[in-house]
Amino acid sequence: MSSTFLGMPATPPRSPYGTGNLRGDRKFPKAAHDELRNEQLRRNLGRATRTIRAKRLNVTGELPDWEALREAGSAIKTDTMNRLPELLEQLERKVTERGGTVHWARDGVEANEIVTRLVKATGSSDVIKVKSMATQEIGLNEHLESVGITPYETDLAELIVQLAHDKPSHILVPAIHRNRDEIRQIFLKEIPGVDPGLDNVPAHLAAAARAYLREKFMTTEVAVSGANFGIAETGTLAVVESEGNGRMCLTMPDTLITVMGIEKVLPRYQDLEVFLQLLPRSSTGERMNPYTSMWTGVTPGDGPQDFHLVLLDNGRTAALADRIGREALNCIRCSACLNVCPVYERAGGHAYGSTYPGPIGAVLTPQLAGMHAAKGDPNSSLPYASSLCGACFDACPVKIDIPSLLVELRHQNTEQSGTTAEKLAMKAAATVMKHPKLFTAAQKGAGIGRLVGGRDGRISHLPPPFNGWSESRDTAAPPKQTFRSWLASAEGAQAMRAAAGEYEKNRKQKEEEK
Amino acid sequence: MRIGLFATCLGDTLFPEAVKSTAVLLARLGHDVVFPPGQTCCGQMHVNTGYQREPVPLVRNFAEQFGDASIEAVVMPSGSCAGSVRHQHEIVAERYGDASLRAGVATVKAKTYELSEFLVDVLDAEDVGAYFPHRVTYHPTCHSLRMLRVGDKPLKLLRAVDSIDLVELPEADSCCGFGGTFAVKNAETSTAMLQDKMRNIAGTDAEVCTAGDSSCLMHIGGGLSRIRSGTRTLHLAQILSATRTSPYVPTEAVR
Ligand code: SF4
Repeated sequence: MSSTFLGMPATPPRSPYGTGNLRGDRKFPKAAHDELRNEQLRRNLGRATRTIRAKRLNVTGELPDWEALREAGSAIKTDTMNRLPELLEQLERKVTERGGTVHWARDGVEANEIVTRLVKATGSSDVIKVKSMATQEIGLNEHLESVGITPYETDLAELIVQLAHDKPSHILVPAIHRNRDEIRQIFLKEIPGVDPGLDNVPAHLAAAARAYLREKFMTTEVAVSGANFGIAETGTLAVVESEGNGRMCLTMPDTLITVMGIEKVLPRYQDLEVFLQLLPRSSTGERMNPYTSMWTGVTPGDGPQDFHLVLLDNGRTAALADRIGREALNCIRCSACLNVCPVYERAGGHAYGSTYPGPIGAVLTPQLAGMHAAKGDPNSSLPYASSLCGACFDACPVKIDIPSLLVELRHQNTEQSGTTAEKLAMKAAATVMKHPKLFTAAQKGAGIGRLVGGRDGRISHLPPPFNGWSESRDTAAPPKQTFRSWLASAEGAQAMRAAAGEYEKNRKQKEEEK
Repeated sequence: MRIGLFATCLGDTLFPEAVKSTAVLLARLGHDVVFPPGQTCCGQMHVNTGYQREPVPLVRNFAEQFGDASIEAVVMPSGSCAGSVRHQHEIVAERYGDASLRAGVATVKAKTYELSEFLVDVLDAEDVGAYFPHRVTYHPTCHSLRMLRVGDKPLKLLRAVDSIDLVELPEADSCCGFGGTFAVKNAETSTAMLQDKMRNIAGTDAEVCTAGDSSCLMHIGGGLSRIRSGTRTLHLAQILSATRTSPYVPTEAVR
């Protein structure tokens, strides 16, 4: 290969290393090791994902045009990604026309600075927040706290996570790893002025949170939200939620700052028809979510009078430039793929080390933040955190072929990794297997495995890297004879003749019966 | 029909009984079974682990071995290998192959079948004359189910077996945790999945857990053997090839 790279395109920047929440500190197998021991988490996740799976199947199964809706969702998102720049400019124009202000943030650091500047300009030292993955991704809360601004999460589960100084474990059910006794403890410790007699009855816990939050809604002048959709045609933003806290945040304060990933744009208002059917059914397994808030710029005398939209890139343009990333950007964050994923169900969300866990997280995270940003980058383990069972593809409302993307991402990883022991082994295996003679010789070698098998033909210990396998699985010692040597033997020939003979016999019998 | 039998590298080397049964079954149904001797491996493990350059010669060899027009169908007792031939070979050929490889891959792809698909779709045979007087539960492997979409074809075949006591496996469509190198790279998560699968199998009280892939059966069987379970694993082909005149006799170590 030529050593000159003149003329090679420069790839757009990924999310800067060391910022935000798109990288854990350990590789997946290590992180999963600890989570797998957390019985509480496994039980909760198992129960919750099973329930939500059944609910989702009910409400998607009842729609005769569900497959057509998925097709439409996929087509609209693909079209959106194909002309993202023009749609974003259209969105900016429309929002501005309607009295909003649009800001462009190259990465999380810029977005955090913009939000901080906007909050400071209001003179408020508190903000209320609607659950938002984009702000979680860029670590906005941590940043605001570091400059003396207190963010209050208003979604019940997010509130629990925030009060516990924890990280969310699930896109949709961020506190799935906590039970109600733990939640009671967290509230007693962290909510100022809470009734010390608070018990663990869910309704009482919710009431305690409601009283605490109501006061915040009434007194805080700035809100920060994310957005599920932004309509280019009209400049309309949409947030779907269940608890009504979003509606409060989006309507009560004077100032509203919305941080939206650039992939959330949709071309037309009418596209909501498709997505407001796909999203709630796929995510919470409901026909419709309780609250859908939509707003367009500023309406004098109604709602926030100062509206800012921060459009966040943070690696999305880099993803868009990649075939895998482009398809992954179609994701509408419904979390259906997480709920059906057998790996996610066991290992939990924390093991992925990113705001985006589960099957789509394993694709999206390396695409946004890279997987070779430093030596031993934990993100390089994410594409392998899947048995490729394909349940995610079937569940995805926008038909993202996640297993194929994971296989492609693994290929990118091996291509970027240089020479590794694994690559050498794969090469050696391919060399043997492309020569039938060598292959037959190697098969004879496999017969040596018989020697390490116990008297019953079980092998119960294997050397690394297979020791993890042999921890819980026996391996049968290789048989005396391969298939091909059997077929070539007198016994094999005899068996095949007998089978053919049986066919003849049956055929004659049938003819006679006729 | 003249059928090219692909033994798969795993079947040929470690699970020959499943392949023997496939060969015998197809012959018993009146077909001419040929075994191109130069065949080795489909390269699935390479592709699934992220290697696409290395398996090019394997993909080429497969296309050469089975490309001959006299072979009307290529049949293999493995959903995941059939999936690889049908979905992955063209990716490899597209990216790292030449025009002749791409053409060769397209030719074999069109005539490649997993065993149960071949029996039900091509031969239109559900009752293959099998006899198997045992309690059996069926685990649909992920690649048969979601890559090849074999649906209930294996169950149709099993239901037609004489004297079989077929019991439904709870949560049948959840992955057993094998996933090729996944079981090595993420052995602990894989084990957690395997444990749930084994619990569901134990609940059926079946003597035999069957499936269409020796690889998944190796995984499930390895786990069942470790806990000294009373259930053994057996490839679907081994059940379908058993008859009243030559009934199934266990020849392999219990696994
Ligand atoms: S990848 Fe598909 S299923 Fe998963 S969260 Fe995104 S839209 Fe939902």
